[in-house]
Amino acid sequence: MGELISVYELQKYFNVSSGTLHAVDNVTFSINEGETLGVVGESGCGKSTLGRVMIHLLESTGGKIYYKGEDVTKVKPQKLSQLRKEMQIIFQDPFSSLNPRMTIYQIIAEPMAIQGGYSRKQIDDIVYNIMDTVGLARRLVNSYPHELDGGRRQRIGIARALVLNPKFIVCDEPVSALDVSIQAQIINLLLDIQEESDLTYLFITHDLMVVKYISNKIMVMYLGQVVEMAENEELFAHPLHPYTQSLLSAVAVPDVHHTRNRIILKGEVKSPIDLGEGCRFAPRCRYATEACFKTTPQLNETIHGHAVACHYPAGS
Amino acid sequence: MDNTILSIKDLTIHYFTSDFGVCKAVNHVSLDLKAGETLGIVGETGAGKTTVALGILGLLQSPPGRVISGSIEYQRKDLLKMSEREMQKIRGGQISMVFQDPMTALNPIDRVGEQIAEVIHLHQHCSRIEAIDKAMEMLELVGITRDRYLEYPHQFSGGMKQRVVIAMALACSPHILLADEPTTALDVTIQAQVLDMMNQMKKTMGTSVILITHDLGVVAEMCDKVAVMYAGEIVESGTAEDIFDRTAHPYTMGLFTSLPGYVKDAKRLKPIRGLMPDPANLPELCKFGPRCDKTCERCSGELPELVEITPGHFARCFSCSDEKGGK
Repeated sequence: MGELISVYELQKYFNVSSGTLHAVDNVTFSINEGETLGVVGESGCGKSTLGRVMIHLLESTGGKIYYKGEDVTKVKPQKLSQLRKEMQIIFQDPFSSLNPRMTIYQIIAEPMAIQGGYSRKQIDDIVYNIMDTVGLARRLVNSYPHELDGGRRQRIGIARALVLNPKFIVCDEPVSALDVSIQAQIINLLLDIQEESDLTYLFITHDLMVVKYISNKIMVMYLGQVVEMAENEELFAHPLHPYTQSLLSAVAVPDVHHTRNRIILKGEVKSPIDLGEGCRFAPRCRYATEACFKTTPQLNETIHGHAVACHYPAGS
Repeated sequence: MDNTILSIKDLTIHYFTSDFGVCKAVNHVSLDLKAGETLGIVGETGAGKTTVALGILGLLQSPPGRVISGSIEYQRKDLLKMSEREMQKIRGGQISMVFQDPMTALNPIDRVGEQIAEVIHLHQHCSRIEAIDKAMEMLELVGITRDRYLEYPHQFSGGMKQRVVIAMALACSPHILLADEPTTALDVTIQAQVLDMMNQMKKTMGTSVILITHDLGVVAEMCDKVAVMYAGEIVESGTAEDIFDRTAHPYTMGLFTSLPGYVKDAKRLKPIRGLMPDPANLPELCKFGPRCDKTCERCSGELPELVEITPGHFARCFSCSDEKGGK
């Protein structure tokens, strides 16, 4: 299947009082229709900003965004409203992302009201159908978000994202705030609706087990840059970047017999403000040499489809 | 030889609220902690894990919280019968706690080092100079340099704040450390650092730990014994091997099958259906019954007891105890 959305050297800088914050720095990738690209990384690596820039909730400061082959980097308001029909987002926090003064019906129907062109009857039908799809009982239609638990609220967030029949959905940590048994229900739901409607996901998470389960391709970010990108199995089988390796080794595996060869990273992520030349991971890297602090490694494809940004990737 | 250091018997804690009636947060919980051991309390939001910890330290907000019954025996004394004065000596000294959220556990307008020194000064009856010196040592022990003693919490990252909280909790070499989701708010690589550090400290100081978490991965890594809580009750307890390799209770099983990657090559996850019951309106029979796939006739007639299915491995389910009885 073909490419649905791609970005080329996408950049998002914020001007803050102490300098320029590099939230997303020259990120290039594409996602095929019906597939899921998992984005992993720790807090502050720019993964959420990336998702927001892609669907124009934030404007990029450089680079290009292509949707269905068309350049949509800069769009006029009219065109944006059309794009919004096709691109949606599911937010992390099911508590703060829903308006507490709106009923479930109003929340789910709002995108249709904004887009216009729906009759009362149509809106009714669509709202009830979507509620069935995401597993919300119809009797809840006039409830308010505070009356419901986290899992049900996240279902509302998903229903709202689905209501305009989008093609592309940014899932920004959609299950991180949920208990594990509820998390499993929501992951299953996301997989079901993807299969039914051939949806394309950008799935942002810090949970490596979830990303492994749900993604076709995985992209690892560190301080605004992509450090490694590969097919799901390939990445977990042969992580090449020292950061990816330590990330994978840090996962707490639910098995008492699991032998842990943990790579404990030194120190913490440095500030994303006014970054100079050199590998951004170098201060924490156990293989870092002088060269790493001087020149920035580029993202290079090593073997087919597996790209890594490191001067000394594993196996080299 | 019995080296039990803390023994909780039949602990029941309810919250009396005007809006929702009586919330039965903890019901007849019994736990034993042995010296040098790490006991994991596992469960989802609202299972009553944190309430147990607050109960041990006498930190329950009352009202609405009230201990209905039970005893918590520590050094042959019942903590629940102690006066506030006696409790203050124990709290932070012999038994200390690490809270989930390092952002709110520290005083934002007090220097980090001073916050650690205060604990030492209070409990170890030493001079201020000695306390400051010990506090600096503690900072170094958790991997923070001495020269940051005078900084404020906002100058520290999340992982470092949590390390300060841990340094504070361990400053008086406590017998028991209660850690309530100590790594939940942290990134995985920082979580790895903190867990690694906690394990080392445990070894050097011989502290017994009660680790409260919802993360079965963290439990597998840290705990010798595990108690699984559901709706205020212990539904299964035993050694870590009992829980992970010989899982007995359907709820524990459900927690495992909900994890991505637990069942190999499964196309869909196997979640537990439905929701956790409202603690103000618990089912009369088995609390897990309405969500259980393994219900039998007995479930609709009587209440399951916590039964020892193999030595040291307990489960509150007829399907486990009946299997054993049938053998």
